[in-house]
Amino acid sequence: MSIDWLVPAILTIVTAATPLVFAAVGETVVEKAGVLNLGVEGMMIMGAIAAFATAVSTGSEVLAILAGAAAGLLLSLIFGVLCVYLQSNQVATGLALTIFGLGLSALIGHSYVGATFDGLAKLDIPGVSDIPTIGPLIFGHDVLVYLSVISVALVAWFLNSTRAGLLVRAVGENHDAAHSIGYSVMLVRMGAILFGGAMAGIGGAYLSVAYTPLWVENMTAGRGWIALALVVFASWKPWRAFFGAYLFGGITIIQLYAQGMGVEVSAQFLSMLPYLATILVLVVISRDSAKARLNAPACLGKNFHVSG
Amino acid sequence: MHFKSGFGGAVALAVAAFGLSTAAEAQMKVGFVYVGPIGDHGWNYQHHQGLLELKKALGSKVTTTHVEKVPENADATRVITKLASTGHNLIFTTSFGYMNPTNKVAKRFPKVTFEHATGYKRLSPNVSTYSARFYEGRYVAGKIVGKMTKTNTIGYVASFPIPEVIRGINATYLSAKSVNPKIKIKVVWVSTWYDPGKEADAAKALIDQGADVIMQHTDSPAPLQVAEKRGVYAVGQASDMRNFGKKAHLTAIVNNWAPYYVARTKAVMDGNWQQQNTWHGFKEGMVKMAPYNSAIPADVVKLAEDTRKGIIAGTIHPFEGEIRDQAGKVRIPAGKRADDGLMAGMNFYVQGIDGTIPK
Repeated sequence: MSIDWLVPAILTIVTAATPLVFAAVGETVVEKAGVLNLGVEGMMIMGAIAAFATAVSTGSEVLAILAGAAAGLLLSLIFGVLCVYLQSNQVATGLALTIFGLGLSALIGHSYVGATFDGLAKLDIPGVSDIPTIGPLIFGHDVLVYLSVISVALVAWFLNSTRAGLLVRAVGENHDAAHSIGYSVMLVRMGAILFGGAMAGIGGAYLSVAYTPLWVENMTAGRGWIALALVVFASWKPWRAFFGAYLFGGITIIQLYAQGMGVEVSAQFLSMLPYLATILVLVVISRDSAKARLNAPACLGKNFHVSG
Repeated sequence: MHFKSGFGGAVALAVAAFGLSTAAEAQMKVGFVYVGPIGDHGWNYQHHQGLLELKKALGSKVTTTHVEKVPENADATRVITKLASTGHNLIFTTSFGYMNPTNKVAKRFPKVTFEHATGYKRLSPNVSTYSARFYEGRYVAGKIVGKMTKTNTIGYVASFPIPEVIRGINATYLSAKSVNPKIKIKVVWVSTWYDPGKEADAAKALIDQGADVIMQHTDSPAPLQVAEKRGVYAVGQASDMRNFGKKAHLTAIVNNWAPYYVARTKAVMDGNWQQQNTWHGFKEGMVKMAPYNSAIPADVVKLAEDTRKGIIAGTIHPFEGEIRDQAGKVRIPAGKRADDGLMAGMNFYVQGIDGTIPK
């Protein structure tokens, strides 16, 4: 048995993980600011249709990605207005957002079923991309893959090393305190929600312009929920979310390769693993109240009233 | 996901109500219930093509109502009841999961006629069942892929280990083996009918492991698209998928429900409808092959067409003995053909296929 398949397998894992990275890292920022947006799936699917429609009609990859981000952002704007300013329940609003996104994308996408588009080009640096093994592994991806890594680094740096990041975390940990020293909790949360929306939109765009360049209804197929689970699995740390995405993506892909090689694995068991792992992490971090305080933002899911 | 299905049901009911209000009175009214969107370019798309053909064939004599994305739960019962109670004379329920709801509603509406696709329960005299012999199409496709592969490896993206799917894998393998003794078939189960990303990943895994023709028993065109990108061949599923990969698309096994829908509607109109269990194939036109790719050599096209004609004439049967299972046990003796009962419950791989069927 040769290992010729190993490099392509890793490339496939990268494409499987990238949409999860975008969505999970975006949601990490949202949750760090104390907001639980369960609408990731809906924002992703809107990103997917917006990007695909733009790609088909304009042929521009850059515009497609921007459209994906914009669609996710617009949907999250609805969520933000409802939850931050109108104090609606975050869980219910998030779920509604997902259902709304799935329905609206199907409506918009009706005429795009069956349309085709070449897909996002892979980076091709003459000479460098042709180096065996290392070439394709490091220089053979599409631009969004690199952007996903950069965004993780930026978000990690932003949250941990900047004053603005500290403010986001402060709002998520104790919104009353942040408010009492004069910061606008609502504005910070709104910003975080919009960022999360745009990132989920890009994650969705990745699905429809790079991963499987086509539009079919419900094509996110639950990836938004995996991204939500990842945030908890990663205990709200961007780099952990990044590696978690590769782990989750990796398990799915390796299982497919294993089947092709005749190794017996239970596909059902493996597809539930991400969620099982998330539950385990939740159990571990909730068992110890000191640890829990270090991880979950204390105000996660709680609405903020100025009067309150 | 409960929220989603509940919502789907609400939409379905709303659509049903809308469809009903626009239907004209005092003529044949036919209702269709679909499990997914018409725009899936697979299973539901083909059923809807059947509806459109029906309208074309019978014109003003018939009005139709269709309800999309009806979940296979209590919502289905509600939608079917709604159709039955609003003057529909004939209702087609087009997914396996509607079996119990259809029979339940049929008992309450003895004057309405029901047709359920792919099921086996006909609990009251006004329920018929129908399905297509997709395996005949796979047998024809098998001849082509057996000849077209250079690596002697077929990659098969499979959904769930039910007889329908296993029968397709066996038919493909037996057929390809008959023209290429060195053939191997690699099966990857994705545990879904519909997840473009996962289907694409499975196709990639198969191609990376040496498969140069991809067959699929899942509903999205994603595997075909991967094949096109990687420069290998593929066979489409349920409908003609050419547009998703012009070079890769060898042919497709197309479900053609229109003749059946027209015939059964006419039967109800003429008052000679009778309960039956239909399993039609090439002969009756319920299964068709999409146009063959021009890259297929003429002799292979002829072989495929001869096979198809042979199946129609009854001189060729995909499951003709002697056929053994993986353990070497004779399942179909020499000179015998598998009967419908054996095929409907097929739960074994034939000898020569590696790997095991997931439990």
